[in-house]
Amino acid sequence: MSEVVSVGVAELKVSDNSLVLASFGLGSCVAVTMFDSLKRIGGLAHVMLPESRGKESESAPGKFADAAVERLLAEMVKMGARSNGVKCKIVGGAQMFEVPGSHKLDKFAKPPESASHIGARNVGAVKSELARLKIPLVGEDTGGNYGRTVRFNTSNGEVEVTSIYHGRTVL
Amino acid sequence: MTVEPTPRQLSAMQIDALREVGNIGAGNAAIALSQMVDKKVDLSVPKASLVPLVGVPGLVGGPETTVAGVYLSIAGDCSGSILLLLEKESASSLATLMVPGEARAVPELDVVKRSALQETGSILSGAYLMALGQLTGLLFKPSVPGFAMDMAGAIIDHVLVDLASTEDYVLVVETDFMVSGVKILGHLILFPDLGMLATILERLGVPFE
Repeated sequence: MSEVVSVGVAELKVSDNSLVLASFGLGSCVAVTMFDSLKRIGGLAHVMLPESRGKESESAPGKFADAAVERLLAEMVKMGARSNGVKCKIVGGAQMFEVPGSHKLDKFAKPPESASHIGARNVGAVKSELARLKIPLVGEDTGGNYGRTVRFNTSNGEVEVTSIYHGRTVL
Repeated sequence: MTVEPTPRQLSAMQIDALREVGNIGAGNAAIALSQMVDKKVDLSVPKASLVPLVGVPGLVGGPETTVAGVYLSIAGDCSGSILLLLEKESASSLATLMVPGEARAVPELDVVKRSALQETGSILSGAYLMALGQLTGLLFKPSVPGFAMDMAGAIIDHVLVDLASTEDYVLVVETDFMVSGVKILGHLILFPDLGMLATILERLGVPFE
């Protein structure tokens, strides 16, 4: 059994050892995993929000989709991965509450976009960053209204997704 | 740049004041619950504490634990949100009290039971907010409730997104309800937006130093 390293909200971790990078109980957050199969280097970013709007934070490198994707690639390249040999798989981006619970009562305050579609917007933001950086997306388990746990094996690039309602799948 | 959160401790006075609010709120909630299930409801003195956001899943057994969550956002004089988390067994027993029938594990609760829990969560949160409003003179308007039964981490994710740029500590009021011999343990969690907690404590006469 490989060592399991937890990647919490807004964190980003990269490894060239054989271990399991895990994010437990993803809701609207997205786990972005990248793997260089030749160099056996893997990384995972636990993305929380789509856009940084210039508010990048050193203490939370994985927080924003736009900044996290580029940062994850850079960290992997720094460790020795080939910038054109990295493939990506993404998991998460659910919408947990059916009723727009985050919709503030004052309907004129702002459109009900804050948390209600954040999962889909996180997924969209990650994908457009991947396209911009020309990183192929080779696996995806996103959307829906249920939570997921991700275990990413950095020795073979396998991404295991488990959930309460939909069992286990491997990307 | 994000502003680093300053970990704050509540003083004994502040905890007492928040517990008192919790007491009155839970009292209101117990009356409402008692009327709904037509049974006697006893409740324990609630515990109040400030918990870092990352510690919230730990309250209910970790991020992968199945829980029922009822979520309402708060508008009015202060904004924030409120979340009732019920452990699997508690959710199941509460649902069965509301809608008698075979007790089943949480993920398989039927639509009627889910709806009953959603409504209960809304009433309990509303009772708490009402007490808080009366004691502080502030207006809190709760939204319609959202309901989910899933991994605790995934449910808290949703709330975190709403709060991402604001406070890193949340106020947790833990309450035990006894409904005709059945123990129901619930965590009512108030997620204050920036400044909300300071405003509340100030109104209660126990401001941060």
